[in-house]
Amino acid sequence: MAVETKARKFLNNPADLVAESLAGLAAAHPDLLRYDAAAKIVVSKGAPKQGKVALISGGGSGHEPLHGGFVGIGMLDAACPGEVFTSPVPDQMLAATKAVDGGAGVVHIVKNYTGDVLNFKMAAEDAADDGIKVTSIVIDDDVAVQDSLYTAGRRGVGATVLAEKIAGAAAAGGADLATVSDTVKRVNERARSFGVALSSCIPPASGKPIFDLPEGQVELGIGIHGEPGRRRESLGSASDVVDVMVEAVLSDLKPAKGARLLAFVNGMGGTPLIELYLLYHEVDRKLRAAGLEPVRNLIGSYITSLEMAGASLTVLELDDELIRLWDAPVHTPALRWGI
Amino acid sequence: MITEQAMDAATITSWMREIETSVRSERDYLVQLDAAIGDGDHGTNMVRGFEAVVQALDGEAAAPPGRLLILAGRTLVSTVGGASGPLWGSALRSGGRVLGDQPTFEGGQLVEVLAAALASVKDLGAAVVGDKTMVDALEPAVDTLRTELAASAPLATALGEAAEAAETGMRATVPLQARKGRASYLGERSIGHQDPGATSTALIIRALQRAVSAAG
Repeated sequence: MAVETKARKFLNNPADLVAESLAGLAAAHPDLLRYDAAAKIVVSKGAPKQGKVALISGGGSGHEPLHGGFVGIGMLDAACPGEVFTSPVPDQMLAATKAVDGGAGVVHIVKNYTGDVLNFKMAAEDAADDGIKVTSIVIDDDVAVQDSLYTAGRRGVGATVLAEKIAGAAAAGGADLATVSDTVKRVNERARSFGVALSSCIPPASGKPIFDLPEGQVELGIGIHGEPGRRRESLGSASDVVDVMVEAVLSDLKPAKGARLLAFVNGMGGTPLIELYLLYHEVDRKLRAAGLEPVRNLIGSYITSLEMAGASLTVLELDDELIRLWDAPVHTPALRWGI
Repeated sequence: MITEQAMDAATITSWMREIETSVRSERDYLVQLDAAIGDGDHGTNMVRGFEAVVQALDGEAAAPPGRLLILAGRTLVSTVGGASGPLWGSALRSGGRVLGDQPTFEGGQLVEVLAAALASVKDLGAAVVGDKTMVDALEPAVDTLRTELAASAPLATALGEAAEAAETGMRATVPLQARKGRASYLGERSIGHQDPGATSTALIIRALQRAVSAAG
C-alpha cells in the first residue's frame, strides 16, 4: 500500500526530508558543494579558501533554495539547515564556521528570529573560544513587523538573499572581514520587504496547514514560516495587492527621488512564475510612477515557505558599489550569472 | 528549614524521563498551540530534544546530579534548535552548575537550581513575566516552591503547589499580547491563545513533581 501522505507530499519518512533533500542537492551539484551529513551542513567545494573572508548562513529548512542553494562561488561558503522552520543548532554553525575559515574571518548572516539569533550567538561564542574571528550580522527587513519593545523586532526575509549575493561578491573580491560585514549591514539598512499569502503551508511533520485562509482572502504581512500575518482582507486585483506591498515598503524605506533600486519579487513556493512576472509588471510601473528607477531585479522563488501561495516584495536602494557587487559573477545551484 | 527527602542522580534521570513521556503525549497539543501563534514546531522539537536527553543520560548512572543536568542542557542545545533549545539548554546547565559535584541535594538547593534556570532564561531571552513566554510559568513555580519550603511544607506538597502555580501562569498567558518570540509578530492577534512555551514549562514542572513523589 502506498504511504499515506495527507498533504500530498513526496516523502519517504517525514523525519528524513531535510537530510534526503540535501543529499539530492549535493548529488546534483558536486562541482559546487558537498553535504556533510554528520555535521548537517552544506559546504562550498572550494572551502576553505586561504585569505578569503567566508560567509555562512543558516536557518530552518522549508525556505529552499535558501540557504543551501546559495552555496558555491561568489555567495555563501556554507549553510546550516535546521529542521523545517526550526533554527539549526550551534554545533552545526560551529562545524560550518570551522569548515570554511580561511584565516580571514567568518561572517554569520543571521535572520532575525529568536531561535536563529540565540543559536548563532552560542555558536559565535564557541568559535571565538576556538580562535576564529566571527562577526554576526542580523537581517531584519520585514516592514510588516513593528520594531518596538513589544516585539522580537523585524523579521529577516528577502533582504537575506540580496545580502548573501552582494556580500558574497565582496568577499570573493578580496574584501576584509570588516568590509564584508559592513556590506551585509548596508544591504540590510537599505532594503525593506513585505509579504502576502494566498494560502498557508503544510509542515511535513504535522501534515496540517498552519492557518486556514478562507476563500477570497489574502493574509497581509506574512513571514516565511507559515506564521499568520498581521491582518486579513478580501483579495482584490493583483494591482491592488501590489499597491499595498509597494506602499508598505516605500513608506518605510523612504528612497530619495530618482533612486536606483533593485526590485525583488519573490514567490513563496506555491505561486507560479507567470503570476510573479505579472506582479513584477505592476511593481515596475508603480515604482517608476513614484519617480524611482528599478535598474536591477530578481524574480522567482528564492526564499520560500514550503508550498505557500503568495509573494513578497523586497526593494533595495542601490549605489554604484552595490550595483557592481550585484552584477559580479555568481555560481550557485539557485543563482548563476557571469560565470 | 527541614525537608525530609534527599534527591540524587536518580531524581534527575527520572525527571527527564517524566518530561519525555509528558511532551510526547502532549506533542500534538503543543504543536496545535504553536501553530496558532508561532510556526507549529514546538511539540516536535521538545520531543526530539528530550528523547535525546533520556538517551544521553542512559549511560551516565554514576554521574552526580549536577553533571546530569549539565549533560541534559548540552543535549538540548545540540538537538532542539529553535528558541527552546538554547533557552532550556542554558536553563538546565545553569541549574546543574549550582549542584557542582555533590551526590545528593535537598529541597532548598532544588529551589536554587530552578532559580538559576529561571535567571538564565530571563537573561538569554530578555523576557519578564507578562511577555507571554515560558517565564510566565517558570517564575511563579520557582517563587511558590521557595515560599512553600520556607513555610516547612513537605517537598512533594511544595512541588505540587509549584506545578499548580506554573499551570496558573500558563493559563494566564491566554489574554496576553506576546512581546517576545515569533508570536510577537502577530501583535494583537496573539491575544486569546495560550503560549506553547509556558505550556511545556508547566509540563516540565509537573514532571518534576511526579519524579520526586515517585521516589518518595
